[in-house]
Amino acid sequence: MDNFIVGIVVFPGSNCDRDVSWALEGCLDIRTKYLWHESSDLSEVDAIVLPGGFSYGDYLRCGAIARFSPLINALDEFVKSGKRVLGICNGFQILTESGFLPGALTANKNLNFICDDVELDIVSSKGGWFNNGDEKQTIKLPIAHGEGRYHCDSDTLKKLVDDELIALRYKNNPNGSSFDIAGITNEKGNVLGLMPHPERACDETIGGTDGLFTLKSLIVK
Amino acid sequence: MDQFAVKVFVRLRPSVLDPAGEATKSASIKLGAEGIKSLRIGKMIEVKIEGNGENEVREKIDLLCDRLFANTVIEDYEYSLEKL
Repeated sequence: MDNFIVGIVVFPGSNCDRDVSWALEGCLDIRTKYLWHESSDLSEVDAIVLPGGFSYGDYLRCGAIARFSPLINALDEFVKSGKRVLGICNGFQILTESGFLPGALTANKNLNFICDDVELDIVSSKGGWFNNGDEKQTIKLPIAHGEGRYHCDSDTLKKLVDDELIALRYKNNPNGSSFDIAGITNEKGNVLGLMPHPERACDETIGGTDGLFTLKSLIVK
Repeated sequence: MDQFAVKVFVRLRPSVLDPAGEATKSASIKLGAEGIKSLRIGKMIEVKIEGNGENEVREKIDLLCDRLFANTVIEDYEYSLEKL
């Protein structure tokens, strides 16, 4: 996959863009390219990561302003073509705000900014983002967020369950998310949004490698 | 062109937990205020806007509220409008 390039979107206030690049380039030997949020040319990249951070200072709501950037406008076509998009933390918030994924993310139930490792159950293998094989149904990834409480109405939740769109659930719900939801996919499976940070779990020396599979699966066709 | 002053109120929907409101309610009780049954925090956005008449301005504000000011998955909005 020498020619495969993952675009990493950089908004003013993104702060995990370099982590994602390090994980992809350094740990997985996957080429990356930073995409400034004002660009709408996605022709050079084969998959996209919306990284964590505080795009536009989280003004108004997390992800609310980023949604109106030229890049996010161009993302619609990219997603419809079946290419893969991974939204991590603030990226997940942007994907819900812009309607690529249902529901919304709001303030943690206990109001704390939670920075911790969490145990997660892999619920669905839709889109092939997680290793849902025989051995490992649970993974450990770091979270770092103040607004990660997933919320949706009961009809949406039913649809998420029925259509197997829930990718990850917290074993010990840290933030009050509905149905312990930590990550979901779109119906096609080519868009994944999750609050945990797989890019921070790609090397044993920094606490684990459970994030590698998800990043590697950016290149699943 | 007419100019209008608009006040938009954005609130979490009643079904959505408001932890900041709960924390403020708890502090209010510690302050000694009695009888508080519920306390919820929202946002108020003030806009000055020009348009050809109230109807046109309402259309613009509706769009802004629906697409930007509020996330209607978790929030409701209402607004008042005053001609300047």
